[in-house]
Amino acid sequence: MNRFIAFVKKEFLHIFRDYRTMLILFIMPIAQILIFGFAITTEIKDASIAILDKSKDEVTRELTQKLLSSGYFNNDAYLTSESQIEPAFNDQRVKMVVVFEPEFGRNLQKEGTANVQLVCDASDPNQARMLSQFAEGIFASYASQGVVKGIQPEVRMFYNESLEGVYMSIPGIMAMILMLVSAMMTSISITREKEYGSMEVLLISPLKPLQIIMGKVTPYVMMALINAVSILALGYFVFGVPVKGSIILLLMECLLFTILALSLGILISTVAKNQMVAMFMSMFALMLPVILLSGFIFPVENMPLPLRIISNIIPPKWFIIIVKTIMLKGGGLLYVWKETLILIGFVVLFVTLSVKKFKIRLQ
Amino acid sequence: MIEFKNIHKSFEDVHAVDDVSLRIEEGELFGFIGPDGAGKTTLFRMLNSLLIPDEGQINLFGLDPVKEYKKVRQIIGYMPGKFSLYYDLSIEENLQFFATVFGTTIEENYHLIEDIYKQIEPFKKRPAGKLSGGMKQKLALSCALIHKPRLLLLDEPTTGVDAVSRREFWEMLQKLKEKGITIVVSTPYMDEAGLCDRVALMQNGKIHAVAPPSEIVSQFSDPLYTIKVKNNYKSLQALRQWEFCENVYPFGETLHYLDKRNNVSADVIEAYLSSQQLTFDKVEMIQPDIEDCFIALTHNVG
Repeated sequence: MNRFIAFVKKEFLHIFRDYRTMLILFIMPIAQILIFGFAITTEIKDASIAILDKSKDEVTRELTQKLLSSGYFNNDAYLTSESQIEPAFNDQRVKMVVVFEPEFGRNLQKEGTANVQLVCDASDPNQARMLSQFAEGIFASYASQGVVKGIQPEVRMFYNESLEGVYMSIPGIMAMILMLVSAMMTSISITREKEYGSMEVLLISPLKPLQIIMGKVTPYVMMALINAVSILALGYFVFGVPVKGSIILLLMECLLFTILALSLGILISTVAKNQMVAMFMSMFALMLPVILLSGFIFPVENMPLPLRIISNIIPPKWFIIIVKTIMLKGGGLLYVWKETLILIGFVVLFVTLSVKKFKIRLQ
Repeated sequence: MIEFKNIHKSFEDVHAVDDVSLRIEEGELFGFIGPDGAGKTTLFRMLNSLLIPDEGQINLFGLDPVKEYKKVRQIIGYMPGKFSLYYDLSIEENLQFFATVFGTTIEENYHLIEDIYKQIEPFKKRPAGKLSGGMKQKLALSCALIHKPRLLLLDEPTTGVDAVSRREFWEMLQKLKEKGITIVVSTPYMDEAGLCDRVALMQNGKIHAVAPPSEIVSQFSDPLYTIKVKNNYKSLQALRQWEFCENVYPFGETLHYLDKRNNVSADVIEAYLSSQQLTFDKVEMIQPDIEDCFIALTHNVG
């Protein structure tokens, strides 16, 4: 046990003394989440919308004015009938159509409520959600100014009605960063020992292969968990992404995924001869599938069948489903036990493989 | 006692170790002498269980490095040819780490490393990567010794180390030998051979001779001449073409010359050099050293 602790301590010293490692471990995740996060939010500036005003009274004109002067929206066209909505979307010019019901102003005065429909092009789900929320906000503030009780905006999403993929970025970034930190950093740190020749001495020592592997992995488990927490915190405080479900469960799932990524990293290090190879293998074998096939950027449902099948063996896909369910839908273990089991299966597979492949001799 | 029996090891098409058999006694300071690529490192790695021989058996104090590698690894202190400690850890942290990993403490075996460690102790907070070659070597030796091994296995420990540190290092090895540790060392430097109890001359994976250095030198019976000339290259060419020439090779600033005849004198050689219009300072018979023996042994084979 003393041996193990000494080994872990040594690993921590390696991490803390190398500013590049520290940079990758702590600055990069923050930078990434901010970049990804803002890349999604900043697009709501001067978005083109169209107005279909079936009422054409003073209230609707005032509301239209408010929408357009908000700075978020640019009027592209006034439509005259519902049949024009779809062509407007297809032209790729308009992102949202605001439809006022007939007699909008009168209804508002008489009954205190009136209906407005916000039709969004949800092929870009993040933007669609953002636009409709802004518009709703503008209506709400108008309504709260007095006289009337409320405007009832009804939001309709075209092309992607369930709005799959909103808030997708946070779970995706989490999967990506945990994968990167865990798999890449461990594979590099193990191959570094090979490259510097210290592995030769470690092998000669009474340390068991499992102790060497666990010693390498332990510091990164802690680092990755710190990262997971900071991503969640950033998501919550900067982007307002809530955690509806149990945080404990979410962190446990993060831990599980981290262990999975670490075992992958070890597997890579048993194959790679030096740090460069290890890094490229982690980049190409792990990062690209995580980004492209896990559903992080492109929804899995929209992929062709062969890719959909391949995506099943991409562990982050399952992790992203778990995180989404817990964070956004507030689901408990009952809802994610299947995915959790799949992750556990991957861990067992990779750990067995890497302990078997870890060589007690050279060559 | 360490025993190699008909050891073979190949890497793809390279026969790195070719039928090596020899015995090293306990408590001996034994040297493997040979140029780079002779197969010394491969032999060491088979002894310390990091490689498995293709053929043959190794007996290390009654243990088999192939089957009983765990026990073997406990009793060996190994210093690889490449500096293989952690560059970002300080002297003290490196030593502490290896002590703990080998299940001991610095205090417990401090008496073993005291002489060596004392010299680098003033810098113990300095990262190992910032040490000079000689200091790195002392640290590596301390780390290899910290668990009180029965066998100290040093792979080219003096390569890349200055002359003064090399001499100090060999003095340290003598002291360790007095403490009863068996030391097996490899080196490409012929001058270090004389400091071992026995040496094995190795080239191309083969052992050419195993004997105490003095014996190896005394087996060299042919008269050897050192020739100091103005133009080494021209003289070398001329001597090589001489029908009586057994071998001639540059040795430092002079040439060493071996004649095929037994009773040749310096005058005869001088006469030949004059006949070739070569100017020389002096031709004189000398005692061969271990390097001459090595060259002679490998020359005969080639």
